[in-house]
Amino acid sequence: MSINNEILEKHGLKLDEYKKIQKLLTRNPNLLELGIFSAMWNEHCSYKSSKIHLKNLPTKGKQVIQGPGENAGVIDIGDDDAIIFKIESHNHPSYIEPYQGAATGVGGILRDVFTMGARPIALLNSIHFGSPSHPKTKTLLNGVVSGIGGYGNCIGIPTVAGETKFNDTYNENILVNAMAVGHAKKEKIFYSKAKGINKAVVYVGSKTGRDGIHGASMASAEFDENSEEKKPTVQVGDPFTEKLLLEACLELMRDDSIISIQDMGAAGLTSSSVEMASKGSLGIELELDKVPCREENMTPYEIMLSESQERMLIILEDGKEENARKIFEKWDLDFIVIGKTTDTKNLTLKFAGKVEGEIPIEALASKAPVYDRKWTKKNLPTKKIEIKKLKKIKIEDALIKILSSPNHSNKSWITNQYDQMVMCDTIQKSGSDAAIVRIHNKDKAIAVSVDSSANYCKSHPFTGGKQIVCENWRNLISVGAKPLAITNCLNFGNPENEVIMGEFAECLKGIKEACNFLNYPVVSGNVSFYNGTNKKNIFPTPVIGGVGLINKFTKSLSSQFKKKNSLIILVGKTFGHIGQSCFLKENYSILDGAPPETNLVNERNNGLTVFNLIEQDLILSAHDISSGGLITALSEMAINSLMGVKVSKPKKLTNFTEYLFGEDQGRYVIEVDKKGQKDVEKILKLNDIFYEIIGFTQKKYFEIEGEMKIDINDLFKVNNQWYNNY
Amino acid sequence: MKSSVIIFPGSNCDRDVAVALEKMQFKNQMVWHKETSLPKSDLIVIPGGFSYGDYLRSGAIAGKSLIIDEVIKAANSGCLILGICNGFQILTETGLLKGTLLRNKNLKFINKDVNIKVINNKTKFSSKYKLNQVLKINIAHNEGNYFTNNNHLEELKKENLIAFKYCDEDGEINEQSNPNGAKENIAGIFNSKKNILGMMPHPERMIDRSISNTDGINLFSSLLS
Repeated sequence: MSINNEILEKHGLKLDEYKKIQKLLTRNPNLLELGIFSAMWNEHCSYKSSKIHLKNLPTKGKQVIQGPGENAGVIDIGDDDAIIFKIESHNHPSYIEPYQGAATGVGGILRDVFTMGARPIALLNSIHFGSPSHPKTKTLLNGVVSGIGGYGNCIGIPTVAGETKFNDTYNENILVNAMAVGHAKKEKIFYSKAKGINKAVVYVGSKTGRDGIHGASMASAEFDENSEEKKPTVQVGDPFTEKLLLEACLELMRDDSIISIQDMGAAGLTSSSVEMASKGSLGIELELDKVPCREENMTPYEIMLSESQERMLIILEDGKEENARKIFEKWDLDFIVIGKTTDTKNLTLKFAGKVEGEIPIEALASKAPVYDRKWTKKNLPTKKIEIKKLKKIKIEDALIKILSSPNHSNKSWITNQYDQMVMCDTIQKSGSDAAIVRIHNKDKAIAVSVDSSANYCKSHPFTGGKQIVCENWRNLISVGAKPLAITNCLNFGNPENEVIMGEFAECLKGIKEACNFLNYPVVSGNVSFYNGTNKKNIFPTPVIGGVGLINKFTKSLSSQFKKKNSLIILVGKTFGHIGQSCFLKENYSILDGAPPETNLVNERNNGLTVFNLIEQDLILSAHDISSGGLITALSEMAINSLMGVKVSKPKKLTNFTEYLFGEDQGRYVIEVDKKGQKDVEKILKLNDIFYEIIGFTQKKYFEIEGEMKIDINDLFKVNNQWYNNY
Repeated sequence: MKSSVIIFPGSNCDRDVAVALEKMQFKNQMVWHKETSLPKSDLIVIPGGFSYGDYLRSGAIAGKSLIIDEVIKAANSGCLILGICNGFQILTETGLLKGTLLRNKNLKFINKDVNIKVINNKTKFSSKYKLNQVLKINIAHNEGNYFTNNNHLEELKKENLIAFKYCDEDGEINEQSNPNGAKENIAGIFNSKKNILGMMPHPERMIDRSISNTDGINLFSSLLS
């Protein structure tokens, strides 16, 4: 078959890219080879538009064992323990087929983590839907939540935290990001780099089917009205097989049989074999007729491009084959030697003894296109929103509006569908700032949180990127964890559009600045471009997944008020920044102005001081202040504990509404026992922290002096009805 | 006291229950489903999870596995058998317990702490609980809606074979306190000889105050005495 424009378009390749392929091969590719180039050179696998920006991110630190470039990032949590984690998007498949799209998103990210030798101990997710009134939202929400639960519950890994947001910008392009966190022994971490010639390349796991062919290419194109026709390219998940694969891999990893191991994720057998060979500067030869298939007459093209789930590729040490085979047979999984490593530096594909394709590995990997795409910078919006010019609204009404809104309502309708307790190490479930998971049989625990703020990032990408790293850092601090490192999932629109590319470049600069300042490196991540339909791009939505360490889990905190008559202290300075706030959006449908600025010096000082107070057992509960401002943070603490609070009006105040609802950064609410007041104030003063004692906890009533007094049970009801009525 | 925990492909609460048993000083062994003999055991636990991926019907395939013949033999000779969640489903598939577990009434997976009431405390599984004591125990299932025919239901009541019923904090048993639609709020039942208990809630999740509470401890300590 000769290659024409139509075929190129179907493979998502541009004409100049095709010319580059011809040059690299010094001949025309056949269809199999073209398919492989298409799979390796698409945005999803090659990072061709993002690479030059990603390389600026800080990825190093004393705590980092392995940064980006492997299946997942690895950090050191002391003793012989390592934490392995990563976040990944499954946006496009989830929009087309929400249950399977979300489920396989979870399955894929779990494999990334256990491929490296970790037992997964926690799952998180960040899911974003269009407006609740959009006709598709309800179906998508139901499907995605059941898909996430269906996979995680079955494999038996607790889904401990997440965020769910609604915003018109996702009407035609939802986001489903899944994060997995695993625990491994430091000396037992497995990498994907191949070593040695003539080593057996082994295929393990499920059989290969025709599902998901060109899935990665689908994820690298915009949607249009025909997107639903792409249903056959969505993979189907089987968490049961993944559970077997997980146990079999961990069993094999107990000894030293494995040279390298790689899961077959996006672009399946193609990307896994190329990545292993590329990292080891070797060649790899595969006999495709040996690949176990679950459908008849599959062609080399289909076998190489299938994205069937729950499969792994392993390169074994000599003489370890029989033992390894026994383990996989015990778990009723396929185990087949399908090839070997070579010194040719080529990917050689044979079928029935005949070479069907041969491509230099470097043409697929290091020589893949890299684009320095044009981008434009966005200026900080200068518009100031004057609250006095808006229709006056009672503080109580404004708060109720926020607490009853889809974005702020209690999410137990979702979290009750996830097994949060299996493995019996979940110290704190979702609902506080971060979830806490104990390291099995130890005193230490990790805290995990995922965060995003698309409205801020849309308004000013640099400020938004910086802010979201800080909010994530703050969430870990609030539960008493020392933040260690992050993974990021960068969900953006079409990178060929200068404005979108600018959003990407600027968000990354913001992320970089905050990560650098807070010693909070990026150790893994994923870029998802082309989120949009018919030229309508989504708001830039970088999602940050952070991991922190708690040396003694008994010292961890929740955001629930603990006892009445304790002091409430507001840590950090309040300016009443109302631009891009949830107050304006929920009450006036205004989404305007600049996002709040994050002062990194204050952020760090305030955070480390709060951490210090927690370490010294001087705080009863803590909560970071984010969307909805101080009053929303206070009401969340009250609702979660069914305990009231009384806040007095500060003197010399220009505007109480701005004070209560402003979204200034770097702030915390802390609950302090009166007995500890002196010690707390001493430490705050010593560290030059701006703070205000704003009130005290009390029974039954949520009270703001001179403004509102409401029974806490009523506030609870307001916060707990939206999902059940939707 | 010797215990065995059976592992099926897809079991996922096997480690949790083993941790609980060991914490309670049981001498525990894990038994792979392809085994054809059981170690000498006073208690056999069939743990929660998704044996065989819940394919066909939850518990159906595990109910026909090699080791199950041995479990049935042991049960018939009086060995104590505890089936938790998927383990309860498997026991109904083997016929060791009557009735079945249908999909939850709301057609969704449910994970939350619920209250259950001790209906019979004169058994080897429950002697350390008080009669009508209200426990808070975690549930995590998609098919926990217990159903049985009226004759069997009458038998359960007459012979005092209902172990636990879902209730509210005050012990009221009503529709609001029924999380999954189970007949008469049944959360766990015994066989007629009361050496087999099947229950949907997870007592092994409630033995450690740092993650939950200790309401599950007395189930294991009852077995020890």
